[in-house]
Amino acid sequence: MDLAYTKAEEEFRGRLREWLAAVLPGLPAKPSPDDWPARRAYDTTWQRMLYDAGYAGLHWPVDAGGRGATPTQHLIFLEETEKAGAPYVGANFVGLLHAGPTVAAEGTAEQRARWLPPVLRGDEVWCQGFSEPDAGSDLAALRTRAVRDGDDYVISGSKIWTSHAEVADWCELLVRTDPKAPKHRGISWLAMPMDAPGITVRPLRTLAGSTEFAEMFLDEVRVPVRNRVGAENDGWRVTMVTLSFERGTAFVGEVVACRRTLDVLADEARSNGRWDDPVLRRRLGRLNAELRSLWRLTEWNVSESQRTGGVPGIGGSVFKLRYSGVRQELYEAAAEVLGADAFDMDREWVLDRLSSLSYTIAAGTSQIQRNIVAERILGLPKGR
Amino acid sequence: MDFQLSDDQRALRSGMRDLLGAVFDRDRLRAAVERGGAVDRGLWRELGAAGFFALRLPEAEGGVGLGLPEAVLLFEEAGRALLPGPLVATHLAAGLVKGAAEGEAVVTAADGRLPVAHLGEADAVLAGAGALAGEALRACAAAARPVRSMDPLTPLHRMPSAERTTAHSERFRCEAALLTAAEQLGSAARTTEAAVQHAGEREQFGSPIGSFQAVKHLCADMLARTEPARAAVYAAAVTGDPVEIAAAKLLADEAAVRNARDCLQIHGGMGFTWEADVHLHLKRAWLRSACWLGGAAAEELLAADLGAAGPLPGSSAAYGRAGVEAGGGG
Repeated sequence: MDLAYTKAEEEFRGRLREWLAAVLPGLPAKPSPDDWPARRAYDTTWQRMLYDAGYAGLHWPVDAGGRGATPTQHLIFLEETEKAGAPYVGANFVGLLHAGPTVAAEGTAEQRARWLPPVLRGDEVWCQGFSEPDAGSDLAALRTRAVRDGDDYVISGSKIWTSHAEVADWCELLVRTDPKAPKHRGISWLAMPMDAPGITVRPLRTLAGSTEFAEMFLDEVRVPVRNRVGAENDGWRVTMVTLSFERGTAFVGEVVACRRTLDVLADEARSNGRWDDPVLRRRLGRLNAELRSLWRLTEWNVSESQRTGGVPGIGGSVFKLRYSGVRQELYEAAAEVLGADAFDMDREWVLDRLSSLSYTIAAGTSQIQRNIVAERILGLPKGR
Repeated sequence: MDFQLSDDQRALRSGMRDLLGAVFDRDRLRAAVERGGAVDRGLWRELGAAGFFALRLPEAEGGVGLGLPEAVLLFEEAGRALLPGPLVATHLAAGLVKGAAEGEAVVTAADGRLPVAHLGEADAVLAGAGALAGEALRACAAAARPVRSMDPLTPLHRMPSAERTTAHSERFRCEAALLTAAEQLGSAARTTEAAVQHAGEREQFGSPIGSFQAVKHLCADMLARTEPARAAVYAAAVTGDPVEIAAAKLLADEAAVRNARDCLQIHGGMGFTWEADVHLHLKRAWLRSACWLGGAAAEELLAADLGAAGPLPGSSAAYGRAGVEAGGGG
């Protein structure tokens, strides 16, 4: 067990820090959360800056246009960009963390050449068309149908909770290509251009008041068969590749940010007198332990994947389960610190408190994560 | 950064697991319960011969010359096996008290106003920089009152005045807390395994109870407590940082206690009987969680660390506290 970073890793960190210090002051002002075109512009500008500096797709394989960085370098990248206050991956999330890695792992040479470079350059934004109104946690129950018609699939159905749908160029879409097959076997993974006729996007307002995601209605949308990644009806396996990326390092930056929030909360509590409440003070102390351990668990998981050389493992489910709960506890504690101000939407942390409610639902609910941990890690029998 | 066990560390851990499997199997555990947890001197010497107590003494002083990370792995195994005896105090006494390193002496320690473990059979009680032994120890033991211990593996005494024997150094307290946390971690992992095994075998309504989501989720939460605690304990062993040790103790205590409770729940009525081992894990876990750094004290220590945008553990020196990178070897 060695927690010291190597000389090469520290040099990488140092160069990254210097670069961040040089470029971040020149970034445009942060857009309003509900101004999607401005958000897209802001996020893709940042992606282009990363690309020009050689940091785009840092952890992607070299033959996919990435830098082939080690998991530890990727960890350093996520840690340092968060500490420096660099933009979050934002609208590029699906392209960089889901669709891109899936195309890199499962796509043909032609597909990789078509879709990967624009993601890295920030030229094209992707969204995710997985969930449906009747297929959320039970993702494989999806019903959106794709019927072969010559060189096209003709697609009808609807998708929901599709982040960035309003500004995306592409959608990684799961469709049912064989309705008679067992539900996990009749699914295919398609790249759907978002300007295709027949697509209607309707924003969905969240409980936090934001238009964070959208519903998407598909009415006989034609997508070329060559846009399918992986074999027909093999989309479930392709998707599992994607999801393992999602649960791998997706929350690293957030753990860094939560730890900083905890420090600011302590400072606030000391200045507004709430620190004298031992119950609150101890609650903040406990959160310190939780966030420290989550950081160490991240280093553990990163080291493990570096040794095995594989995609992030299902151990990510343990992390996600624990982190999503801790994040909610953090903002509950923030409300305690704020006192009467906890109901003022203009106060820091109030929106975060509301947003944190999604963490035990999105990317696999905590109940689904518990099933994964119990069945795939602990080996308990499948059942109800 | 390579935060995984080295080959040597893996070998050390599996060697200790094999040794304990051979010399302290379930029959011996139940025999120890029948003896009221009295130390088995023969086993104590075997542990000494295996380097359990002398692990961190320099080789020049007859020790093994390893560090806290290795000690933590051994204590984790001891916690898994529910090995009785004042393991932490004797380990910390190696080099201070004659015979402790070899397992010839049984050494205990007092922690504040808590009852003292194994006082009646101890050859020494750690006191500040030294130890009470011989006549002073006999006088101390004679003045102490035996407690009907809740934990059948840990005989307890209440001391009339603990001032002299509890004057431990900060470093001693930190290491004792960390090694105790490692025992808790081992216990938490063991009760998780026991719960999963039982849930896979026990059938109700025509199915193994582990196929029911209500049971499955209890088991998943047990692992979700154990793994962050493991990361915290191992990291604290590498850095030796007092705040990280406090985090490790807090999370390992919680994992050990709550996992034992969930394990008991999954065992149902059998879990509430003396025959099942789970109550032994729970009682030890309760006792250990009060020892060396209780929850309230750990939380206060962790709270005091907060503010002014402090560092994440493990970041490089420009952000982190000095010494984080120093590491403990391995």
